[in-house]
Parts: sequence; C-alpha cells; structure tokens
Amino acid sequence: MDSTGHSNNTSIHEIIDLCLLAGKIMLQSGAETYRVEDTMTRMAASLGFPGAHSYVTPTVIMFTTSRIEPVKLFRIAERTTDLQKVSEVNDISRRLSERQITAAEARERLGEVDDAAHAYPIWLQIAAAALTGACFTVMFKGSLWDALPALFISGLGYGAVIYLHRIVQVRFFAEFSAAFIVGLLAFYSVQVGLGQEMDKIIIGSVMPLVPGLLITNAVRDLMAGHLVSGLSKGADAFLTAFAIGTGIGLVLSLF
Amino acid sequence: MILQLITSFIAAATFCILFNAPKRALLQCGIAGMVGWMVYLQLDREWEAVIATFGATVVVGVISQIFARSFKMPVIIFSVGGIIPLVPGGLAYDAMRKFVENDNTQAVQIATQALLLSGAIATGLVLSEVLGQMFSRRNK
Repeated sequence: MDSTGHSNNTSIHEIIDLCLLAGKIMLQSGAETYRVEDTMTRMAASLGFPGAHSYVTPTVIMFTTSRIEPVKLFRIAERTTDLQKVSEVNDISRRLSERQITAAEARERLGEVDDAAHAYPIWLQIAAAALTGACFTVMFKGSLWDALPALFISGLGYGAVIYLHRIVQVRFFAEFSAAFIVGLLAFYSVQVGLGQEMDKIIIGSVMPLVPGLLITNAVRDLMAGHLVSGLSKGADAFLTAFAIGTGIGLVLSLF
Repeated sequence: MILQLITSFIAAATFCILFNAPKRALLQCGIAGMVGWMVYLQLDREWEAVIATFGATVVVGVISQIFARSFKMPVIIFSVGGIIPLVPGGLAYDAMRKFVENDNTQAVQIATQALLLSGAIATGLVLSEVLGQMFSRRNK
C-alpha cells in the first residue's frame, strides 16, 4: 500500500474524485480561488498526474488530469466561511504530497471533513456575534453606553439571519429581514433612552452581517487575474450589502 | 487607547468564531486583529484612510505569514482575523443606505471610498505575500 504513482487499487476516476472532493470542500468553505486550484493540481501531481488542470469559479469546479481524460465538473450551490475545513483540507493535501498518508486514507478523511458540522454551537456563535457588534461600536468611536444595546441587537440580528435562512432559502430575504430587525431595535433603543447615537449602534450591530471579507476577496481575485471569480464574488457582496442597506433604509424611511 | 486595544482583540477573535476558525488559532487571530487596528489608528492620524489601511494590512499580512509558518496553518486563517477590523463593511452598508435614501451623490462617494479601501487591503495582502516568498527563498 503506497501512494506513489498509480498504484493498482486506485483508478484514475478515484483520483479525480478525490481531488474534486478536496476542491469542493475548500470552495464551499470560502478558500481563495487560487488556493483551491493550487491544492487540486498539487494533489493530482503527488498521485502521479503532473499535468492536471483545474478551473475554479465560485459556482463551478472543472478538473482534468490529462489530455486524454474527459473533464469532470462539479457544481457548487452554497458557500459559507469555514476556516476549520480549509485548514483541514490543507493539512490532508500536505500529508498526501509528503506521502504520510495514502490516497484511500485521504479520501476517508476528506469525507469526514465534508460531513463535519460547524465546530462551535449556535449559542456560542450568537454570543460571539453579540460581542463583535459591541466591540465594533466602541472601535468606531461610539460610547460604552451605545455598546450595551449593540451587544443585544447584534446578537439578535445574527440569530435572526441563522433562523430565517433555515425557513426561507433565499439568502437575500434573510439578510434583509435581519437588517430590518436590527434597524427597528436600534431605533427603539434610542427612543427608550438606552443608547445615544443610533448610527453607531447600527454600524456596530450590522458588522457580523456585512460582506467586508467578500469584497476584499473579490478585489484580490481580480488582481490575481481570476476575472470571473472576482466579478461574481463582487456581485455576491454587492447583493448582501444591498440587502442590509435596504433593510436599514426601510426602517429609517418609516420613522 | 487601552479600550481600543481590548475591543479590537475581542472583535477579531469573536469574528473568527463566526468564521469557524480552529480553536487553537483564536488567540493569534485576536493578536493579528489588535496589531492591525493599532497600526491603523496610529497611521490614520497623519495620513489618509487608504494609506493607513494599506500600511496596517501589510503589517497584518507579515504577522499572518509568520503565524502560518510557525503553526503550520493556511495564511487565510490569520489574515482574515487581522483584516476584519479594517475591511470597509460598514462603508459598503453606508453607501447602500444612502442609495436607498436617494442620496446618490453621497452614495457614489462612499462606495468609491469602500472600493479604494478594499483595493488597499488586497494590495497590502499581496505585497506581504510577495515579501514572504522573497524571504523564504533567500533562506533556502
């Protein structure tokens, strides 16, 4: 059982599937486009296919090992950010190229990573979102009094996104509603006298929702020459920012 | 100032929880975020926001490279935590809000600023990557 070259028990199709699975997990977890391509071709090379090619966009992976093999394609429907999975796939791919594990073992471990759920329980995520919102309110020069309502509002807003996204499949709608709730709560907290500056509270509270990272990744992809990926990530980020802006804007225009 | 130190550390670390960063990387994520925000605040006093962001991102990028090498994890885990306080998410939302409020001139202005800041962050990250590659090649 060694993984050098094409050993008899691993067919070309299994190797292609292995690389595709690794690419799929990474792309769904929010890895950079170039990293996905790099990992896939590297894995293929360490399994005896140095001439492998991959083409990755946010919605599809295409992969081929050589000129005679047909191209395999994988469609990606949903993307989140899950750094744990990116890190684990990275680790598996490194061990594979250092020949510490065989292709079969890599396949098994990738399957485990693929099935793994979010490592942090939901209550902890909501608590983290709440703390993030409060901290950002302070960082954007809001007072400590504004941080207190922001703590609750951002937690509720993030919880709303998770909950709503389970009921309605359209992400735009979930984000829009959550932003609306955030706006409403911020408005009332100022009315009641809990906070002073509504703007600071809102800015802090929407930080866990806004696509700041996506925008930066989009620009980075564009600079690296991944034009299709960059533009589609930009469109994705634009849509989220639009949803949040509309949600808050609706509250502001109502009152 | 101390308040800013603490809040930026917590903000970066908790944001990494939302992004499901490995537990053993949370501390480093917080440190990267804290250092980045501190550099930004210092630079922001004298220079424009774009330049301050660029400088802070380069520092974050270099720190992330060092962390990634010493802890054998991909760079993205640390750089995400580090740049989170710097990314113009708030501005992107602000621009959209102005659009919705029909204040188009302001909206375009803010959107341009957000785009420039994203460009600064992306450039900073790429630059630190290039620096890292040059450094590691010399060591080999």
